[in-house]
Amino acid sequence: MSQLLLDVNGLTMRFGGLVAVDHVDLAVKHRQVVSIIGPNGAGKTTVFNCLSGFYIPSDGSVVFSGEQVAGMKDYQISRKGLVRTFQHVRLFSKMTVIENMLVAQHRHLKTDLISGLLKTSSYRRLEQEAMDRAAYWLKEMDLLQYANREAGNLAYGQQRRLEIARCMVTQPQLLLLDEPAAGLNPNETKELDELIVRLRDEHEISVLLIEHDMKLVMGISDHIYVIAQGAPLANGTPDEVKNNPDVIKAYLGEE
Amino acid sequence: MQNSKFLSALFAAGITFVLACLMIGVKLDTEGTELAVTGATAEQWTWIGLGIGLVFLSQLFSNQIDAFFGKLPKPKLGGLLPEEKKRAALKPWLLAALIVGMLVWPFMVSRGAVDLATLTLIYIMLGLGLNIVVGLAGLLDLGFVAFYAVGAYTYALLSMYFGLSFWMCLPISAGLAALFGFLLGFPVLRLRGDYLAIVTLGFGEIIRILLNNWTELTNGPSGISGIPKPTLFGLEFTRRAKEEGAQTFHDFMGISYSSSYKVIFLYLIAVLLVIFVIYLINRLMRMPIGRAWEALREDEIACRSLGLNRTTIKLSAFTLGASTAGFAGSFFAARQGFISPESFIFIESAIILAIVVLGGMGSQIGVILAAIVMTILPELAREFAEYRMLLFGLLMVVMMRWRPEGLVPMKRPHLELKS
Repeated sequence: MSQLLLDVNGLTMRFGGLVAVDHVDLAVKHRQVVSIIGPNGAGKTTVFNCLSGFYIPSDGSVVFSGEQVAGMKDYQISRKGLVRTFQHVRLFSKMTVIENMLVAQHRHLKTDLISGLLKTSSYRRLEQEAMDRAAYWLKEMDLLQYANREAGNLAYGQQRRLEIARCMVTQPQLLLLDEPAAGLNPNETKELDELIVRLRDEHEISVLLIEHDMKLVMGISDHIYVIAQGAPLANGTPDEVKNNPDVIKAYLGEE
Repeated sequence: MQNSKFLSALFAAGITFVLACLMIGVKLDTEGTELAVTGATAEQWTWIGLGIGLVFLSQLFSNQIDAFFGKLPKPKLGGLLPEEKKRAALKPWLLAALIVGMLVWPFMVSRGAVDLATLTLIYIMLGLGLNIVVGLAGLLDLGFVAFYAVGAYTYALLSMYFGLSFWMCLPISAGLAALFGFLLGFPVLRLRGDYLAIVTLGFGEIIRILLNNWTELTNGPSGISGIPKPTLFGLEFTRRAKEEGAQTFHDFMGISYSSSYKVIFLYLIAVLLVIFVIYLINRLMRMPIGRAWEALREDEIACRSLGLNRTTIKLSAFTLGASTAGFAGSFFAARQGFISPESFIFIESAIILAIVVLGGMGSQIGVILAAIVMTILPELAREFAEYRMLLFGLLMVVMMRWRPEGLVPMKRPHLELKS
């Protein structure tokens, strides 16, 4: 099982009497793009919230690179290399693009007061490294020329890219993308498609994706999980899922 | 449309009428044991009438007035300033000139002016401290004066019971205020917005009431007097040395005694403390911790998802802000020579908060300017007596209407990237 990056078993989330997520299993290998699809309100984002520590799961185990992370604090989980984006872009909109990138690297920097006040050499070196890493990812995302703009003033597509860049600069192993294509035009969606493939192939990270754009999902996923009403419905390769009668029923309804 | 305009104008005029009548027109006076209502003079009534008329007309024709002012050409202030590059080159010179000016200035003006300047500098320190908490970290603190009180009482009590000097107590005060900030912050920082404001408000009151009632330790409402002034390497600024063997400043320098030396000396200490605080906070804002404070204010959930521990970040902002207030407090105690819980009432917190909001949240220059305005204006407006607070309120309303972001809104630092 060592090749599994993320291994989720029997994940359950109850809010009072409501079971939002019911015994969901997921498995993500290294350098894989795995998608979670399902109708609106199926509990996909709740799964993300459980994985990233925003909710403490009621039941089940979440093992991330061999370590049980269910029940850990959100910031602890993200420091282990499991970083997420949000359905609605969450940038530090009054801060500049480059500042957004630096905040994300908080834990890689020297944050104690003394070294910062005295500008010790290790402080300056780490600060410079952070700047270089930020510049690298801004360039990757084609945002370098906006580095000193306020993040809130960027166009929507650029904000989406900045959010991913901000995640990447934390040097994650697994990236959780919550509807990254929402609100993008077809052209931008195509670019996003290429970007995710590039992240997997060149930067060797795994991506767990929630998305409604079926063309995008079917094109890039190595494996797809379908969730309906909180419970797992089906999983398999894109072709298997596409032809699964249960999935078709859940999406289109019965005759 | 026209009709609703008329109604709203009538409404505004009515409000003005009620307010003006209650505040200026009618007065309650005690005559013996009775209360008597006295009206304003005829001249005052005319002014009230004119005021109401003005409000009515300006409301009625607000569109036309706005249009008129919109047509006026806006002064191009940007053109008056030199270019960005030149400005950067000029900056250290300007700064040096400013500091030299601040150091030379007190020798040329009256004692009262220097004293007022010292008070202003205390408020600058307080404003800068609260600016960390409210402006940068976005934590609304209505009880900031509590830390100010802790600082002041730390010095007063340590010098009363143990005879410690000002210079020794200055860091202790800052440290103790920071400790109080930490202790308060730990349980309450999980609260947000309004809830945090209420808790800090309560904390401010608790400290004040504690100081008021713990008579054995703090002397209660009668306060602590005779707090020693700071010394210059052991030289006192009194007419005669208090202790045997100690030397006074004028003896040492071989000049005749003047009480203004003391005032100027206090002012100079305040200048140094303020420069120190400004430098410190300026560095902090450019450090990872400063960015994290702002990020937390902008979006807490995003911060958590990026591996930032919000508790430590909030706590550091709270603690550092508190220590600045403690710093200012111990200097305040030394300047006054007398403190009592009266000095640390809620209105002080409100004034400091007003300084931060007026100046522009997060902006250091703005806060400094606002502190100057807020301390000097009430002094200038002394002749208006009771209407002082009214003017104060008016200023607030005008500011919020025309510059809602504050006098000098915060500017983002420009970071050079080599690509």
